[in-house]
Parts: sequence; structure tokens; C-alpha cells
Amino acid sequence: MKHLLSIDDLGGRAGIEEMLDLTDSFVEVTRREIPKVPALRGKTVVSLFYEDSTRTRLSFETAAKRLGADTMTFSVSSSSVKKGESLLDTVQTIEAMGIDAIVVRHSAAGAAHRVASWTAASVVNGGDGRREHPTQGLLDAFTLRRHRGPSLDGCRVAIVGDIRNSRVARSNVRAFHALGCDITLVGPPTLLPESLVGWPVRVSYDLDDVLGEVDVVSLLRIQRERIADALFPSLREYAHRWGLTAERAARLKPDTLVMHPGPMNRGIEIAAEVADSPRSLVTEQVANGVAVRMAVLWTLLGSGGPVV
Amino acid sequence: MHAPDAPATTDAPIDSGGGRFVFRAGVFDAPTLRRALTRIAHEIVERNHGPDGVVLVGLYTRGVALAHRLAVSIESFEGVSVPTGALDVAFYRDDIGLRPVQPLGPTEVPDITDRTVVLVDDVLFTGRTVRSALGALLELGRPRAVQLAVLVDRGHRELPIRADYVGKNLPTKVAEDVQVRLSEVDGGDDGVEIWGPPETGGPRGEVVA
Repeated sequence: MKHLLSIDDLGGRAGIEEMLDLTDSFVEVTRREIPKVPALRGKTVVSLFYEDSTRTRLSFETAAKRLGADTMTFSVSSSSVKKGESLLDTVQTIEAMGIDAIVVRHSAAGAAHRVASWTAASVVNGGDGRREHPTQGLLDAFTLRRHRGPSLDGCRVAIVGDIRNSRVARSNVRAFHALGCDITLVGPPTLLPESLVGWPVRVSYDLDDVLGEVDVVSLLRIQRERIADALFPSLREYAHRWGLTAERAARLKPDTLVMHPGPMNRGIEIAAEVADSPRSLVTEQVANGVAVRMAVLWTLLGSGGPVV
Repeated sequence: MHAPDAPATTDAPIDSGGGRFVFRAGVFDAPTLRRALTRIAHEIVERNHGPDGVVLVGLYTRGVALAHRLAVSIESFEGVSVPTGALDVAFYRDDIGLRPVQPLGPTEVPDITDRTVVLVDDVLFTGRTVRSALGALLELGRPRAVQLAVLVDRGHRELPIRADYVGKNLPTKVAEDVQVRLSEVDGGDDGVEIWGPPETGGPRGEVVA
């Protein structure tokens, strides 16, 4: 595998499970007193982020460093993009410095694919517009598998919230579906995709209908920066109808898990006391993110034979 | 992988470019393999003046199984349960990027600080796996000493490494493959065999006893 641009690049269930199995080895590394191996010594990983990010960028950089690779960070706000440099010129400039992998985040769907077509380095999609965020899909699948695995066949997952604007939802649906989960999308009609043709999901407009029967509730952030129009009357109304409040959480089965990719809007899509409750996997998702990204970088840069 | 250093390490018969590998010689059957391991277990205890402070750390895949067998053996005659561990060396190999490398399982090693660690593997060949294992092990703590136990030493060392406990010194050619079968890993009966290309040529490797 040269690039990871979409969950589909992993080649379906077998490829996804292989990556999750590999992640186990890196979880062990991250728990060591010295959480570092020299596997990617001499490699350089660049994070090229055209959108804001806390956890994804830090997670990739931590992963690269724990594999012994060097990291470079490119953030738009302090770069020549401010002077009008194009994405192509930026990629060529970075590549000329001698690098092995680029992690790209961009507001345009397909940006990572374009970068991959321009460079000899490996490209990891760190989020492209509404399209995909494959490492988030992998880390959510990994986290879920640790609690409900080894098989996720028949595991009932509700993905709640701003599905339409969410690349996390798209990658999660791909990953969870490939692993055999039974997926229900929940949200107001205005926050569901224009067309659900080809989505292997059921849809519900009412969170209360699905609460009692799901094994996992995965909440998405209400992306205020992507909502141009008023797609729901108010944040207060959203929280009232689709937020996982403490009162709703009490109606979940005792072993139902709660996930959120972060950053959370506490009090909107998830109540603070739910986010901090024992059923919440939020911080575990972040911790597993480093190990998953180590597995991805290792697979792209370390595991193969000679590069031709 | 039977001989982790060998270029071809898959199930027999092996296709190695020039043709399929053929059976050459049986080295161990199940009873002789058992006796060799029993002897090594006794040697480990004797050399270290008892089992206290010894930790057996197997290298994936078959070294892990061998380490467990040694622990069972030591417990049977000393009445002491020796701690065991499993070590994956993939991230410490010196041929990353030269050939496909994947971790074979998660490293699980008990506290090794001030203990005598006996690394356990099935076949000692170039010594590069053991070099990687030393790198991996020493990041987990500072053992008092590290020793090496192998079922078969097939020669052809490329690094200054030797084993402290050897089941059998086995002269081989570089092109040959030493196949180790362990029932708990591979199913069937235990055994060690030499397989090689149909045409033989080149000198046998030297083995220092």
C-alpha cells in the first residue's frame, strides 16, 4: 500500500482487520516506559494542514516520532500560502526537501488524492472536506473492537448528528460496515446527506427511537463552521432533540458505549456528564489514535520491500 | 517463520526462484527434540546456579513456544515457575525497507531489571535477529545478563553472536532452509528438517561447537 486516502484503500474487511491486528503491536509500544522504536529511523513525515486540528496533527506527529521518524509541520497560518503559494507549489517545495510521507488535511474533498498524484512520497489523508478521514475510521473501529471484539458482526451502531458535513461519518460507515456492524444514522433530515444511495445504513430522525437497542452511540460534532444556512432552529433545540443528554444516556442499555471523535461541543451533541461517564470511550479513542497512526505509517513506510 | 534470518521461510515445499525445495534430512523427531530441550533446561539452571532470577524470553513465533516449554521443564524438576515473555523484533531489524517486515505479535516481557534473561529462538543463522532482539530487549530494562538458547545453530554467522545453549549444531548450506515444526504452533508432531534446492553445491557452513 502506497497511500491511505480512503478506508477503501485497505481492501475491505481482511485489510482493515490486518491493520487493526497490527495496531495491537503498537499499543504495546505506546505503553512502554520508553514508548519509542527505531522502525522508521531516517524517514521524514510532514504534516500539511490547511485546516485547524489539534488531535489529528499531534497524533500523527507523536506516531511518527514514536517510530523514530523525523517530523515537519506545515500550518497555513504561518506559511507562504499567505503569500499566495498554490497547493502544487507547496507540495513540490516540501518534496524537494526530501521527505517520505505527507499527511494532508484540506477543506476540499479529493485534496489528498491530488497531492498523491503530484508526489513520490506516501500520502495519508488526514481529512479532506466532507469526504473521508480514514485514520479516524480505523481508530474508532479499533477502539470498538477492543470492547466488543474480536468480531463486530451484528454490532449495532448509531451515528448521530451532522452526518452531511462529516468526513468522520463517511469513513466510519465504510469501516464499520466492512467489519459487519449494523449502522443507523440519526439526525435531523437537514443534516443527513442529500442522497443515501449506496450507503449501507438505516436512517432514523428520532434519537429516542434507537436509544434502547444500540450497542454503541457515536456522536458527531455539530460543525458550526460548515453550516452556512440555518439547518436547525437553534443549538438549544438541537441539544434538546438529538443531543445525548444525561436523561437519554440513562435509557441506554447498561453496556452501551459512547464515542465521539472530538472536539466535543459539551452541552450540544453530548452532555458533559455523559462524556465523562464510564461508558464514554472518548479519551481512549485519542490514545488509540496514536497507535493506529503508527500502524498506518509503518505499513506505508516500513513494512514493504525495496521501493521501485 | 522457521529460521527468521533465512531468505525463504515458508511451508514446505518452498519455491525459491530456482525451483522447489526438496527434503534433505531429518534432524530431530519429537523425542529427540524433547530431550534436547530438557538438556537445555538443565543447563540453564546449572549455569545460573538455580532458576531464581532467570527470565525466559522467546522470540516470535516459535521461540515463544520454546520458552514456555523450557519453563514447564524447569518447573518439573526445580518446582519453581520461571517467568516467561514474548519479544517481537520487527521494529529493530536492520533490513527494514530491504524486504517485507511485519511484527509477529505484541511484545510481552515481565520485569527484566537485574534478572538474567535467556533469549530463546528456534534457529540461529546470521545472528541478525538476535542483534535486533538485544536492541529490543535493552529498551525494556537493564538485565543483569543476557544469554541465548537456540534449538538449532546452523552456522553462517554475519555478526559476532554465539549461543550459550544449543540443541544441536547443524552444518548447513546458505541456500538450505532449516524447518522447525512445533505442535502448538504448526500442528502435527514436533520435528526439525533440512530442506534445500534439488541441486546441491557449495561448501557446508562451518559450525563452532
